[in-house]
Amino acid sequence: MHIDQAEQARNVAEQLHHFHGGLRLHHNKKISCETPVASTPLPEHFFVPLLQQYGKEAEATVVVGQKILKGDEIGCFAHLGSGCVHAPSSGVVKAVVRRPISHPSGTDGWCIVIEPDGLDQWKELESLTDWPDADPALLRQKIRNSGIVGLGGAVFPTAFKTDEAIKRGIHTLILNGSECEPYISCDEMLMREQPDSIILGARILQQAVGATRTVIVIEEQMGAANHALKQAVKSTGDNDIEIVRVTAIYPEGGEKQLIQVLTGLEVPAGGRPSNLGLLCQNVATASAVAQAVVEGKPLIDRIITITGNGITRPRNLVARIGTPIADLVERCGGYTKDAARLVLGGPMMGYALNSDDNPVIKAANCILALTQLDIQPPQAEMPCIRCGECARVCPAVLLPQQLDWLIRNEQWIDAEDCGLFDCIECGCCDFVCPSHIPLVEWFRFGKSELRSLAVERNQAKTAKHRHEARDARLLRIKQERRQRMKEKKRAFKDDAEKQKKLTEAISRARARQGRNE
Amino acid sequence: MLAAILSITFLGGLFGLGLGWAARRFQVESDPVIDQIDAILPQTQCGQCNYPGCRPYAEAIANGEADINQCPPGGETGIKALADLLGIESMPLNPENGEEQAKAVAVIDELACIGCVLCVHACPVDAILGASKQMHTVIESECTGCDLCLPACPVDCIDMVVRYPDAGDWRWSKPQPAVSGAALMGDEILPASHH
Repeated sequence: MHIDQAEQARNVAEQLHHFHGGLRLHHNKKISCETPVASTPLPEHFFVPLLQQYGKEAEATVVVGQKILKGDEIGCFAHLGSGCVHAPSSGVVKAVVRRPISHPSGTDGWCIVIEPDGLDQWKELESLTDWPDADPALLRQKIRNSGIVGLGGAVFPTAFKTDEAIKRGIHTLILNGSECEPYISCDEMLMREQPDSIILGARILQQAVGATRTVIVIEEQMGAANHALKQAVKSTGDNDIEIVRVTAIYPEGGEKQLIQVLTGLEVPAGGRPSNLGLLCQNVATASAVAQAVVEGKPLIDRIITITGNGITRPRNLVARIGTPIADLVERCGGYTKDAARLVLGGPMMGYALNSDDNPVIKAANCILALTQLDIQPPQAEMPCIRCGECARVCPAVLLPQQLDWLIRNEQWIDAEDCGLFDCIECGCCDFVCPSHIPLVEWFRFGKSELRSLAVERNQAKTAKHRHEARDARLLRIKQERRQRMKEKKRAFKDDAEKQKKLTEAISRARARQGRNE
Repeated sequence: MLAAILSITFLGGLFGLGLGWAARRFQVESDPVIDQIDAILPQTQCGQCNYPGCRPYAEAIANGEADINQCPPGGETGIKALADLLGIESMPLNPENGEEQAKAVAVIDELACIGCVLCVHACPVDAILGASKQMHTVIESECTGCDLCLPACPVDCIDMVVRYPDAGDWRWSKPQPAVSGAALMGDEILPASHH
C-alpha cells in the first residue's frame, strides 16, 4: 500500500466520498419502527439448523434425549477457527433431523429439535466485568466461543475477522449501522433501544483488535438512533468513538461501498478491509460481542424485522435462533388476507422461502411478507440492448452486460478476469434493466460454476498425485521382487557350483579309493 | 568496401553470439502437449477410454492414436476443452466408451465385506483402506468414482452412490427465463442523482 494511501485510510470519515452507481430506493422502514422491539414467547419446539454461517454444517455435539441448559453448545465447527451453535433455551433434545433450514437453495439440512422445559435456565455463565484489564487474546477467545457471526447478513465468523485483524494490524473499527435495504429496521431499532450495548461492544472490539478509534456509521434519516448513540457515547466519556451520518443510497451498507464512502479508497479486489487497516462489523454484532464478553452469554437470539404489506402489525422482535418463522408472524398479528410471498432478507438481496416452517437463523435480519400488488408479475426477458444502465448503477464498477454475455457463453476464465467475484449481488443492475434480464441470477450461477470448477480441478490434482504415487509404489515393489529373484538365483547358482565341486571331489575320492583297492 | 564487409561480418557474429547466449540463458521449458491434455482429463483413472489411465490416454491423443471423445467422466465440457486446445472440431462422446454420469463414490457394505483385499488392489488412487481379513472402507474424499472396484469384489458388496450436495456446498443453478428475484419493488424507484 502507498504511504499516502495508508494515511488516507487513517482519515476515516474526515471527509465523505461517493461510491460508483447505486440507487435511491423508498425506505419503507417506518411501518416497522413505530412499536418498540418485543420479545417472543417460547415456541413449542426449536429447530436449530447446524448450518449457521459461511461454510459447512456444524457437527452435532448432543444426543437425542439429552437435557440441556440455555446456552449449552449443541453443535461445533471444525474449521475457520469458529465457534459453536448454542441452545436457545433449556429443555430436552427431541431429535436431530433433516428439515428446511431457511437457505436460498430450499434444501433441507440437519437441525437439532429442542423441546423447551419452560424454565429458560441459563448454563453457568462466565462473566467478565473487568474486561478493560483483560488480555486482548482472551477477549477474542470469548468472541470465538460465543458463536458470534456477522449479523448484517453475510454471517462470516467474527472471530475469524478479529484474528485476521490482529495479524494485519488495525487502526480503525467501523461499526456499520447503515442498513440500506428497504423495509429492514432491526439495526435502527437496536441503536435506538440499546445504544449502551453497542458502545460497550465497540470498546471491547477496539481493545480486542488493538484499534485506536471507532466510527459508527448510520444513515442520514436515523435521527432517533443518532440521538441515542450520542447520549450513550457521552455517558461513557470516550472521545475515540465517533458517529457519522451518510446519505442513504443503496447499497452503501455493503462493507466495500461503506469504506469507499468513508475513506475514498477501494478495498482491493479479492482483499479485505484489513488491507487498509480497517475492521468493519455490524452494530448488532458489536452488541452481541458486549453480551458475550461481559455477561458470558453466547449468541442465541437476534433482533429481526417482521414487515411488509402482508403482515398485520409489522414490528421488530427479539427472536431466538431456531424459532419457527410462523411463530413470529403470529406474534405480529398474522398475515393479511392478500399476503402472497414470504422473503427472508430485504427485497433486493433476500430470497423467497417456500414455507413459514423455516426457522430463524443467525443471518435472518428480516422476514418480508409481500402482497400480490408488491410482486411484479415476472416479465418476459428481452435481449440486451446494450444501453449501459447496469454499468451506470453498478457499485462495484463492473460491466454487468459484458459479464452476462461471458457467463452465457461459458467463458469462465474471461468472466473471472472481468471481476465476476467482485460482484456483491446487490441487484441494482437487475433493477434498472429495461430488458428484465435476471443478471444477478446469472452472476450467482457463474460464481457457482467457477467455484465447482476449482473444486474439480483440485480433486483431479489429488487423484493424479495419488495415482502417480501408486504407480511408483507398484513399480518399486516389482523392482524389489525382481532384485530378490535375481539374488536367489545367484545364490542357487552358487549353491549349484558348490554342489558340483563337491560331487567332483567325491567322485575323485571314489576313483582314488577304487585305484587303491 | 573491405571495411564494410568486415564490420557487417563482425556485427553479424556479435549478434549471433548474443542471440545464442540469450536462447540458452532465457530458455523457457515449453509445456509439452501431453501435459496440457492430461491437465484437462478428469484423472478418474477409470480406463473407460480403453487406455490404462488418464496419462496413457493423453499420450495416445497427442500421438494421434485416439480420438478426443473417449472420456465419459470428462463429458461434453472435457471434449470441448480438448477440441479448443488442439484446434480441432468438437465431437459428441463415443457411446462405445460409456455415458456421462453424475459423479458417484463407492460405498462398501461393511457387514457383507469378507476382507479379501481385491478391491484395495483394484483401486487406482489408493482410496480403499483395509487389510487381509479386516473390514474395508472407502475414503470418500479420495474416491474418483471410477467403478474399477465393482468387478473386483467377489461378494458384490460395493455400491456406487451419487452424492447430492447439502446446503453447505450447494450451487446455484442456471437461470430459467422470466424469473426475476429482485424486481419486487414495483415502480417505486428513483435513479440515484448524487453524481
